Amino acid sequence: MSTEPILTARGLVKHYGRVVALNQADFDLYPGEILAVIGDNGAGKSTLIKAISGAIHPDEGEIRLDGEPIHFRSPLEAREAGIETVYQTLALSPALSIADNMFLGREIRKSGFMGRWFRSLDREAMERIAREKLSDLGLMTIQNISQAVETLSGGQRQGVAVARAAAFGSKVIIMDEPTAALGVKESRRVLDLIQDVRSRGMPIVLISHNMPHVFEVADRIHVHRLGRRLCVIDPKDYTMSDAVAFMTGAKEPPAEALAA
Amino acid sequence: MSEAGGAARGKQEFEDGLEKGDASVAAFESHEKTVLDRLQHFLHGNPTMVPVIVLLLSIAVFGFVAGGNFFSAFNLSLVMQQVSIIGILAAAQSLVILTAGIDLSVGASMVLVSVIMGNLAVKMGFPAPLAIGVGFVCGMLAGTLNGFLVTRVKLPPFIVTLGTWNIFFALNLWLSGAQSIRSQDIDATAPLLKWFGESIRIGGAQFTYGSILMVLIFAVLWYVLNRTAWGRHVYAVGDDKEAAELSGIRTNRTLVQVYAVAGLVCAIGAWASIGRVGSVSPQSFQEANLQSITAVVIGGISLFGGRGSIVGPLVGALIVGVFNSGLRLAGVDVLWQVFAIGWLTIIAVALDQWIRKVSA
Amino acid sequence: MTKHALLKTTALALAGAGFLGLAQPAAAQDVGACLITKTDINPFFVKMKEGATAKAEELGISLSTFAGKVDGDHETQVQAVETCIASGAKGILLTASDTKAMVPVVKKARDAGVLVIALDTPLEPIDAADATFATDNFKAGELIGQWAAATLGDAAADAKIAMLDLTPSQPSVDVLRDQGFMTGFGIETGDADRIGDEDDPRIVGHDITNGNEEGGRKAMENLLQRDPDVNVVYTINEPAAAGAYEALQSFGKTEGVLVVSIDGGCPGVQNVKEGIIGATSQQYPLLMASLGIEAIAKFAETGEKPEPTPGLDFFDTGVTLVTDQPVEGVESIGTDEGLERCWG
Repeated sequence: MSTEPILTARGLVKHYGRVVALNQADFDLYPGEILAVIGDNGAGKSTLIKAISGAIHPDEGEIRLDGEPIHFRSPLEAREAGIETVYQTLALSPALSIADNMFLGREIRKSGFMGRWFRSLDREAMERIAREKLSDLGLMTIQNISQAVETLSGGQRQGVAVARAAAFGSKVIIMDEPTAALGVKESRRVLDLIQDVRSRGMPIVLISHNMPHVFEVADRIHVHRLGRRLCVIDPKDYTMSDAVAFMTGAKEPPAEALAA
Repeated sequence: MSEAGGAARGKQEFEDGLEKGDASVAAFESHEKTVLDRLQHFLHGNPTMVPVIVLLLSIAVFGFVAGGNFFSAFNLSLVMQQVSIIGILAAAQSLVILTAGIDLSVGASMVLVSVIMGNLAVKMGFPAPLAIGVGFVCGMLAGTLNGFLVTRVKLPPFIVTLGTWNIFFALNLWLSGAQSIRSQDIDATAPLLKWFGESIRIGGAQFTYGSILMVLIFAVLWYVLNRTAWGRHVYAVGDDKEAAELSGIRTNRTLVQVYAVAGLVCAIGAWASIGRVGSVSPQSFQEANLQSITAVVIGGISLFGGRGSIVGPLVGALIVGVFNSGLRLAGVDVLWQVFAIGWLTIIAVALDQWIRKVSA
Repeated sequence: MTKHALLKTTALALAGAGFLGLAQPAAAQDVGACLITKTDINPFFVKMKEGATAKAEELGISLSTFAGKVDGDHETQVQAVETCIASGAKGILLTASDTKAMVPVVKKARDAGVLVIALDTPLEPIDAADATFATDNFKAGELIGQWAAATLGDAAADAKIAMLDLTPSQPSVDVLRDQGFMTGFGIETGDADRIGDEDDPRIVGHDITNGNEEGGRKAMENLLQRDPDVNVVYTINEPAAAGAYEALQSFGKTEGVLVVSIDGGCPGVQNVKEGIIGATSQQYPLLMASLGIEAIAKFAETGEKPEPTPGLDFFDTGVTLVTDQPVEGVESIGTDEGLERCWG
């Protein structure tokens, strides 16, 4: 890798009471890549992701975005810094429309008198942009931008959540188990979507348990074990069973893959 | 960086079967629907239609049953006067219920504020505008207290407002000594307190400022809920608080604001209630909190939060008023009016549940 | 007097355990007494408490007071009686919310040697209590009925009467006053235990007020909608009368309409003075309570129980018609005197 990583973490530590969730964990994400994070349950990968997305504070360690140290106090601050997260739960409001959901928390106000004094929303602009973003990702089979999210299928909802992240994430997009709740057909659609987003140059962190999916789309795979990064492997050089063996401790990773 | 994206690696074997399948994963659904399905979908998209239909139907039926006395412009405007205070409280209640909360204290805080206004202006001789202003501030504080307890102390809204209901009620007794301030004394010292009791006549109809105020409050809230970011946040918080938080909404701040605004609306209702009742009456509106919930529920706002239009509770309050007026003019005993409203409420909630089951 | 709006069952459930208002923890004195009222919200009961407290202080009796949160809060009253028995009180003054359901616990108190006096509201049966000190509510209604009929004179034959009652559940005070008024006015009442079963065309209708201004106004509006020519308005109490007057005003019908009421509270008498209410029957809650305390003191000393007024099955604490337009054949006092004695 010649380029500098966009997002790094060094020596992250997080305790929950006497449980050590992160034990000197490191992390590197390079521009334009899909980095998969895999690990057994309890390995601490979701704590790692929460630390990066601002949902928790690490007790120790340092996170840098574009080389600058950052200290997020909430997911909101992470978002403002350009890190968008697509949560496993999607964090959509089912009763609100697609457009409302995409702009939730960062609505566009009308310019001029109505916007300034009556804080009126610029619905046309919001709907227009939402439509653009969705068609960018080839999701415009969704006909009605003002239809409630709860009337969409699981894949469509995932699409809306990804589109929201892609529309606003300027630096990094984190996706937590994006295919876990989906059927085969819908998973395929979402995987294509992920690659689509990456092809625009947006780096993606993908947390998944689904090895075929990980091996299909990831450029590099970060294997997390016992609260720290065990190794980073290239999916072209290893098989899925290797990855699972590293993850579970059944096999030692080769020296060159070991984390620095 | 490797250039081999997943697309280049291609699909996985087990997915071959997909080729023959329907490729329209994300396409909008279009399989056969029954009439009932369509109705369910329509109502899901237009939740206010149910109460509007019920209102129009009930006006028509009572116009037929109870005759001209009922169907006069005067009587219909009278119904509006009669429901104006409950309607205003229902507006406040709707805000809270949209956030999946409930406010049992709306009636008590309204009566408390009216007693504060009356005490200041009539008994203590402060200028009426000041008394009203202080009342508004007290209403907002009462609401903020609810909001604080719900968000910071993390108690369920039902428990919080059950508590504050009692607290406001006790304060009301303490401040008023359970005695009304007479209409004539208000006229003599602070007639402004009764301003909302004034009316304008249009044809046979008589609209008090209070009933116009009720409509105005609903109009303003409609705008705020549908045309401002804050309004969207209120819905999002009620729909799924966690999702709203993760979407970057400061949910607790929004909640406190909702309770504070509800308190302010109650305080405005307090001023209007003095005009409606004529006196400052610490004993009136004992059931107002439950009546406001009834109006909200009949109006099609879901008690589970995040769903329903603010116009619904206005229509809901009017339905209750029309039922009461119609049944009374038809000479039906009071207890059957209570009976009818009870069924109406249950049917409204059942309908809401059914509409919510809509799926893609 | 105002019997309060019954909150619906839900409300009671919400009120949960309700309020057990224990006031004035007693100094250690020999004779203890309890006052249990329906609510603390009603000025009538506030007066009652005042009367009892003053008299108890005078006689050196330690008084505990209890009140239900709302009218109909039976549970709280039962608990209060049990507390009083346990505390070894000599006597209980009780205005029961549920006059029938209260009987068993009252029996328990009497079996324990406690003197139980029903104030204002008789138990059913009335002899379930040792004594009853009350307003004759039937007579209170009768007085204003007679006054209204006499004031109208010949026009009484085609009067249009609106009856503004209390609650749908028709508690006994509601029935007695309503039926008393009709009897006084000269209307055949049908079943004396039921409101609204008469068939005299002069009665425009009955509606409920919950005994407050808001309900009074709404009920008056409704009855005016049924018949705009109403010229006599009976009201269960003075707040309801004040509300009814607002409705009459908004309909432009205050002229030539007689409003009559019951209670004799100070604001109510003031309204009589100002011509808003034509006449009201004044009752004396403070007297009821102080007489009750005296009776308990006597019972503690001598074991003697109070006797009912001759010819009645309760001790009548009196009711007086207050009006500034006296009519022949109905005894009354003027408003100045009424104001002096209001709820004394």
